[in-house]
Amino acid sequence: MSLLEVKDLKVRVEEREILHGLSLTVNPGEVHAIMGPNGSGKSTLSHVIAGKPGYEVTGGQILFRGEDLLEMEPNERAAKGVFLAFQYPVEIPGVTTWNFLHAALNAQRKARGEDEMSSPAFLKKVREVAKSLNVPQDMLKRGVNVGFSGGEKKRNEILQMALFEPAVCILDEMDSGLDIDALRIAADGVNALRSPERAMVVITHYQRLLNYIVPDYVHVMSKGRVVKSGGKELALELEESGYTQFEDAA
Amino acid sequence: MAAVQETVERVRRIDVDQYRYGFETLIESDKAPKGLSEDTVRFISAKKNEPAWMLEWRLEAYRRWLTMTEPTWARVDYPKIDYQDIYYYAAPKPKKTLSSIDEIDPEILKTYEKLGIPLREVAILEGVEPPPGGEPSANRKIAVDAVFDSVSVATTFQKELKAAGVIFMPISEAIREHPELVRKYLGSVVPTSDNFFATLNSAVFSDGSFVYVPPGVRCPMELSTYFRINERNTGQFERTLIIADKGSYVSYLEGCTAPQRDENQLHAAVVELVALDDAEIKYSTVQNWYPGNSEGKGGIYNFVTKRGDCRGKHSKISWTQVETGSAITWKYPSCILRGDNSSGEFYSIAISNGFQQVDSGTKMLHLGKNTSSRIISKGIAAGKSQNTYRGLVSAHRKATGARNYTACDSLLIGDKCGAHTVPYVEAKNSSATFEHEATTSKISEDVLFYCIQRGLSQEEAVGLVVNGFVKDVLQQLPMEFAVEAQKLISISLEGSVG
Repeated sequence: MSLLEVKDLKVRVEEREILHGLSLTVNPGEVHAIMGPNGSGKSTLSHVIAGKPGYEVTGGQILFRGEDLLEMEPNERAAKGVFLAFQYPVEIPGVTTWNFLHAALNAQRKARGEDEMSSPAFLKKVREVAKSLNVPQDMLKRGVNVGFSGGEKKRNEILQMALFEPAVCILDEMDSGLDIDALRIAADGVNALRSPERAMVVITHYQRLLNYIVPDYVHVMSKGRVVKSGGKELALELEESGYTQFEDAA
Repeated sequence: MAAVQETVERVRRIDVDQYRYGFETLIESDKAPKGLSEDTVRFISAKKNEPAWMLEWRLEAYRRWLTMTEPTWARVDYPKIDYQDIYYYAAPKPKKTLSSIDEIDPEILKTYEKLGIPLREVAILEGVEPPPGGEPSANRKIAVDAVFDSVSVATTFQKELKAAGVIFMPISEAIREHPELVRKYLGSVVPTSDNFFATLNSAVFSDGSFVYVPPGVRCPMELSTYFRINERNTGQFERTLIIADKGSYVSYLEGCTAPQRDENQLHAAVVELVALDDAEIKYSTVQNWYPGNSEGKGGIYNFVTKRGDCRGKHSKISWTQVETGSAITWKYPSCILRGDNSSGEFYSIAISNGFQQVDSGTKMLHLGKNTSSRIISKGIAAGKSQNTYRGLVSAHRKATGARNYTACDSLLIGDKCGAHTVPYVEAKNSSATFEHEATTSKISEDVLFYCIQRGLSQEEAVGLVVNGFVKDVLQQLPMEFAVEAQKLISISLEGSVG
C-alpha cells in the first residue's frame, strides 16, 4: 500500500477550480519534488492535504495508508503523521516555543492513545533534538516564531518535524525568504530526517533547493495538473528551459 | 502547558452552559423585608448590633443616595433596575450560636467544598506543577474569610494572624471590636457621597472583610475572601477595608461566584485600601459571577467601586484582576498617588463572551511628587459581547515628575463582538511623562490552522493563543490563583469559535 495517494483531485476556491484532477503517489522513503510556476496550484495541494479550511474538494480522493484523509480533521491528520512545514510560519506571542511543542506533542500522543509525556521527559527530548539540529536552546524559551529571522523560522519548522516524527512531510516553498547559508542549514536539517520509513514532498518554485535536497522524483505542475514527471534530471532540464514549454501542455 | 489541556478536559465535561458554580444551596435564610427604606437600613444595622455612629453613617448615606441618579456614561445597556424589588439582607439561619468552624451548617461547608474553598485550617497542598525555576507551592497557607450572601460565615487562621498582630475579620465584627480603626478609615478613600453605587453600598452593606496590618509587619500568609451569592432576588453589598500601616506588606485575594438564575442580581461592592509610608498592598481578584446564559438571560450586574489610597511616602498599591463573569461589569480599581514617590499598578484581564458587557479600567491620580503608575490591560471579546477599557491618568499641578506607562491590548474572537478603548489623560504639570500604547488584534485563521496542523484541537488552539496574550498579567497573580485563572479563561471562552 502506498503511503500517500492523491487520485484525480479536483479543488475549488470560491467558485474557481484550482486543481483539475491531480494525481500523485508517494511511497515510504521517497522524496518527491513538485515544481511549477506561481499560480499552478502547488500550495493549494499542500493545504488540501493538511486540511486547511477554505478549500472545497469537488472530486477525487486523498488516501493516507489507505484511509480517507479528507474525512479527518486537520489535527487528526497531524496525529496520524501528516506534517506541513509552512511557507510563512505564524508568530504566537506569549507562548514559549517549548510550551507550544509540548502541548502539540501531547495532543498528538493522546490522539494515538499513547501516554502524555511529562515536562521533564519532554524537556530532555526537545533539548536532544535541538542539539542534533544545531538549534540554539535559547530559541525554545522564546515566543513561537516571535522576532525570529526567516532562517530561524524555517529551522523551527524542521525542529518540529524532527520532534513529531511524521510519516510524510510536506515542505511548502521552504526556500522562500532564505539566503544561501540559511538555505543550506535548513536543507541539512531536512536531509538528516530522511529515512526509509519517511516520505517527503518538497514544493518549490526554484531548482536551487533541489541541489541541497536531492529528490527521487520530480513532478512539474501547470494550471492545476501534473504535466510531466521524471527523475531528478527533470529539475535541471527545467532550470535551462523554464516553465513556458509546459504552458501549452496543460 | 498541562493546564491548557486540563482546562479543555474540564470544558468537555461541562454541559452547554459552561458555568460550573451555578448550583444552589438549599438553606433557610433570614431576610430583611424586600425593598429599600430607612427601616431597611435600621434593620441591617440592628442585625449587626452596630453602635449608633455606624447607623448614623449609614442613614446619612441613604439620604444622600435618594438625591442621586444612576450613572449612564458607561458603554453598558441594561433594563432599569427596580431598587424596591431587591432583598438587601439575607443570612443563612444559624442552627445555634457558633463557637468553632465545626459548628457551621454542613450545607454551607459543603457549598465551599464544592467551590474548592478550604474553610478548615489546612495548609493548601495543591499538586501544582511549578514552572521551570519557579518555587513549589507546597505548605503555603491562605487565610480565608467566607461571605455567604450578607454575612461572613468563617474566617480561618485567626490565631496565627493574631500572633503576628494582623487583624483579619468580618467588617461587622471590626465595627464592634476595633471602632477606632474603622471610624478613622471607613469612607476615607471612597466617601459616602462618591457615586450612586458606592453610596448605596454605604447605606446597606452587610458584611465584608477588614484587614489591619500593624507597622513593620509582613503579613505571614495570603489573605483571601470568598464571596458567594446564594439567595434569590438578593443583592450583595460587601464592604472591604484594608489598612497597611507604615512599612507593612499584605497580599489579598478575592474570589466570587453565584448560582445560575434567570433573573439578574445586583452586586455593588466597595473596596477601600489605605497604604501608609513605605507600605505595600497587593490586591488580586478573580471575578467569576454568573454571566447569564447563552441567550443573555440572567447574570450578575456588577457595579463595584474599588480604590486604593497611597497615603504615605514610598507606598505602593497593586491591583490585579481577572474578570470573566457577570452580565454587566462596571468597575475601575484605582489608585490615588498622594504620598511622594508612591506607585500604583493595575493589571487586568477582562474576558467577555455570550452577551456580556464589560466596561472596566482604572484611574491613576498622581498628586504627590515623583509618583509612578503602570497599567497593563488585556481585553478579550468573544461571542456577541462588548468589552470596553476606560482609563484615566491624571497629574495634579504639584505632581512633579509623575510617570505613567499604559498598554491596552484587545483581542477579538469572531466577528460579532466589540472592543473599545477610552483613555483619558490629563497632565497639569509639564514635567509629567505619560506613555500610552494600544493594540487591537484578532485571532487569525492562519494562527489557528498552524496550531491545529500541529495536532491541537480548535479549543486547545484558542486556549493557547489567549493564554499567551494574557501572560504578562497572569504572572502578577499568586501562583495558585494564576493556575485557576488560566483554567477559568479557557472555560469562559468555550464555544467562542464557531
